[in-house]
Amino acid sequence: MTTELQAESGPRGAAESAHVPTIDPGPHSTSSPATRALGIAVLAGFAMLAYLGLAGTPEDRVQGELVRLLYVHPQSATVAYLGCFLATTGSVMYLWKRSLWWDLVAHSTAEIGAVFTAFALLTGMLWGRPSWGTYWVWDARLTSTAMLMLLLLGYLALRKLPGDPDVRARQSAIVGLLLVPNVILVRQSVTWWRTLHQAPTLSLPGAEIEGLLLFTMMFGFAVFSGLFLWLTIHRFRVAWLVRQVDELAVNEAITARIAEGTSR
Amino acid sequence: MDPVIHLDAAVALLGRFPALAGVDLDVAPGEIVLVQGPNGAGKSTLLRLCAGLVPLSSGVGTVLGADLRRERRRLRRRVGYLGHAAGLYDELTVHDNVVFWTRAAGADPADAERAMAAFGLDQRLRSVEVAKLSAGQRRRTALAVLVARRPEVWLLDEPHAALDTETRDLLDSVVLDAARAGATVLVATHEHERAAAMAQRTVTLAGGIVTADTGRSAVDTATTEGRRVP
Amino acid sequence: MFRDATLVAAKDLRIEWRSRVGINQIAPFALLILVLFAFALGPDGGLLSKATPGLYWVAVLLCGLLAVQRSFAVEASDGATDALRLSGIEPSALFLGKTAAVLVQILALDLVLLLGVTILYGTTFTGWVLVAGTVLSASVGIAAAGTLYGVLAAGLRVRETLLPLLLLPVLAPVLIGSTRAFEAALAGTTSEGWLWFGLLSVFALMYIAAGAALFGPLLEEA
Repeated sequence: MTTELQAESGPRGAAESAHVPTIDPGPHSTSSPATRALGIAVLAGFAMLAYLGLAGTPEDRVQGELVRLLYVHPQSATVAYLGCFLATTGSVMYLWKRSLWWDLVAHSTAEIGAVFTAFALLTGMLWGRPSWGTYWVWDARLTSTAMLMLLLLGYLALRKLPGDPDVRARQSAIVGLLLVPNVILVRQSVTWWRTLHQAPTLSLPGAEIEGLLLFTMMFGFAVFSGLFLWLTIHRFRVAWLVRQVDELAVNEAITARIAEGTSR
Repeated sequence: MDPVIHLDAAVALLGRFPALAGVDLDVAPGEIVLVQGPNGAGKSTLLRLCAGLVPLSSGVGTVLGADLRRERRRLRRRVGYLGHAAGLYDELTVHDNVVFWTRAAGADPADAERAMAAFGLDQRLRSVEVAKLSAGQRRRTALAVLVARRPEVWLLDEPHAALDTETRDLLDSVVLDAARAGATVLVATHEHERAAAMAQRTVTLAGGIVTADTGRSAVDTATTEGRRVP
Repeated sequence: MFRDATLVAAKDLRIEWRSRVGINQIAPFALLILVLFAFALGPDGGLLSKATPGLYWVAVLLCGLLAVQRSFAVEASDGATDALRLSGIEPSALFLGKTAAVLVQILALDLVLLLGVTILYGTTFTGWVLVAGTVLSASVGIAAAGTLYGVLAAGLRVRETLLPLLLLPVLAPVLIGSTRAFEAALAGTTSEGWLWFGLLSVFALMYIAAGAALFGPLLEEA
């Protein structure tokens, strides 16, 4: 999957420009040999996971075929929390180093993390419907994951507002920095809420996990992490290119402005 | 002597629009500079940049030795800015506003009283809510706050607007006094005659850059003769 | 620094006193929410009394949102935000001052709502120490987090829709904790209630610290 972007160079204005565009010519697509290799590895991994998950491992005595969600649901949830953690790390580093790189890391990991969070919620609901009869239960884990989704959506809503990208970066970094503490507080309060009264806990995974099941689960973690990495790298590069285009637009605007002023 | 304001190819963005597209300007301490130019030239943004309200996007800029990219907070109490908005709380009285803003800036409350008296705000208008004031009276209140703070750099954006002649003369004399005491003044205005009599130097802005600069004149007529309030 | 914070808090409260927005608009809104809940959940069936702790704190959250929005709307008129930045007040002092003013308003709303639920829902409160502690710690948390996210939203054109989206998920632990603490107070199981009080206090302290540290950068962009 490649994304082609033609970088327009040179001012369209009439005046001779003394301002040389300061953008980095850079790549014109978001893929590279490394990501292609990673992509192929991830695809192969998913093929393997699908085989193991659907055919290679036996069904559960109690849950039947449903247990196969064990190989995707916890994995996507874990990766979702990983994405959130990386978003906070990126935000902290951006506030410290003020480098564009960290800002883009925060943005892309948050966005891809949100995708995995949505997938985790979806697989959780798919698991829940046959098991409990309803699509949703307010158990600690599912509720915490839903709250994570809302926190990330808030971050992304701020991120996507139009305006000066540097201002947006600083504001988002502060919201991003608070993501992990907020998630911790929410998780803690939700867990106490659902467990202090010994409410029947409707937990999802089976009791004994060993051997091939365990291996498949772990393998699933690896594959999902690989997918996360691949998606994040591409999202990062797209975001980087968007910034470059923005810089270019600003430079053109500067040229046009000077031309308009001196032509009077 | 180090310039109080030093700008070199300064670019300031409002959103994505380059309000200032490469300004070069040096202002020495004690100068009174008139900034003129057509609407949309970037005069207001230039003043806001020097006040540290707008970040510098590229180029070099320092005011009172503070870098306009990184150290804007250092400027805060040393610079006085009078913009189009008065910066007052509508719900509070003139007295409450002046006292609050003076104390907020760490200035002497006695100066607040003196400033209010100078601008005719200490009698009837003292306890009037700012919402009920006319535009000119609001301006006077904002000016009183500015004067009470005794900043080292004065940045005035269309200060004469909405003021009657008497108050305009008062403003001019206040500015001249401040400059004599060592403050540096930048005035953006369309009132050419009035400002030209006061300012030693005229900088013309157009399209976000400086297109003309008269520099310091050889004889400082404005300050030696002074201006008398009739 | 505390002198500046007091100056700012006094200014905010003086504005509130003159404009009476809290008394004339937000407090009636609080009572309105209680009435709306009664319409939604019906007076029969005991739902209202069972749900009182939760309904109370949802009402506090919604009114707290309004109080925070108002706190920054006051600055938005006539360029006062610029003037605040120019005044050179330490941003952390500004944060503490504004938070304190919002806190006073939220505590006043708490009183109104306590009265409201006692009268409208027939609640009889026991465990008053726990109730008071909960009200205090939760309100501090709401005021602090609200002021921090409030200044972020203040400079944006979409502030009315973005602030709730940012702030309410953050305040979820406060809602959970304070509701459970109230339930414990009503049921007499106060020991569990004090556990929740601990969570609320951690939340409040964290957001006071975070606000004092982060208010400055956010104010610059407002």
